[in-house]
Amino acid sequence: MIKTKIDNTSTEEFVCEAPNNQVKNESFASNFKYLIVGIIFGIVFVKAEIISWFRIQEMFRLQSFHMYGVIGTAVVVGLISVQLIKRFNIKTLAGEMVSIPDKTFDKGQIYGGLIFGLGWAITGACPGPLFAQIGSDFLAIIITLASAIAGTWLYGAFQNKFPK
Amino acid sequence: MIEFIKQPWHWAVAGVMIGLTVPTLLLMGNKIFGISSSLRHLCAACFPANIEYFRYNWKKEIWNLFFVVGVLLGGIIASQYLSNPNEFIIDENTVKDLKALGVTDFSAMMPSDIFSVENIFTIKGLIFFVIGGLMVGFGTRYAGGCTSGHAIMGLSNLQLPSLIATISFMVGGFAMTHIIMPYIFKLF
Repeated sequence: MIKTKIDNTSTEEFVCEAPNNQVKNESFASNFKYLIVGIIFGIVFVKAEIISWFRIQEMFRLQSFHMYGVIGTAVVVGLISVQLIKRFNIKTLAGEMVSIPDKTFDKGQIYGGLIFGLGWAITGACPGPLFAQIGSDFLAIIITLASAIAGTWLYGAFQNKFPK
Repeated sequence: MIEFIKQPWHWAVAGVMIGLTVPTLLLMGNKIFGISSSLRHLCAACFPANIEYFRYNWKKEIWNLFFVVGVLLGGIIASQYLSNPNEFIIDENTVKDLKALGVTDFSAMMPSDIFSVENIFTIKGLIFFVIGGLMVGFGTRYAGGCTSGHAIMGLSNLQLPSLIATISFMVGGFAMTHIIMPYIFKLF
């Protein structure tokens, strides 16, 4: 119930897990820089074959190091970057302090995580690769993406019914 | 140069570039890396249905939608202009295991046995697209993030909940691959 209040009273409050924490307002046009980052990201997904259902199968069958290498390296690079930002108090382009909200534990991370894992092995995709698969002309994945949006909606509609 | 880029990229190259997305988004505008949130914003923008979970100022988070549209465009660019001219290589044990399950096409990144438009209105389509997609969307939101938000962003910030989520993702994936999937393939 407390969460209800936060969601309704202020749009400045933390509402999602990948929030925009910039205080200064941005123009619509300034969003295009995130489009560029997304394009590069999408190219990496395709060129490193992360969008491949086979690479995900290799990972879950422990038959290739590829995906473990990708994720492991990404975590190490991300970790070093975040530590450097914190240590040297590096500011954002708008001159703001970088703020990264802590995640709080609830059982959703286990139940939801297991459900996502089951779906990941079937579809061969987490949400990011879904977009890159569609871009790579695997048009059937439009149905998978629509279903993922429907799944998100179902969670939102009945979130109070699920144990946390 | 272009020939060099067209080869499949090494995991370390991809890992470094994906890892650098974390500080890039932080320093560009205090944005926290996470992709599954885009699905929530799409719901909030298109089908809020007066549900409290979707009543928030999604316009403030619109950067996330620009990002995923970029991922889609990146997919188009990479597959149209940078695609690998050589044979797609899959580990031979994986090929053997999947052949035993009934997969026959190993020529592209997605097997056409399963991921083709013709399969949309079949049992395969129902399981691999509809049910699979529902589990991805539902599970990531229930868990509060996906591989990007938890496994990469969360672990980069040493968050224990993200480690728990990442372990759960892997357990779910192993269970599907080794326990449930053999039964699914018996349906076809």
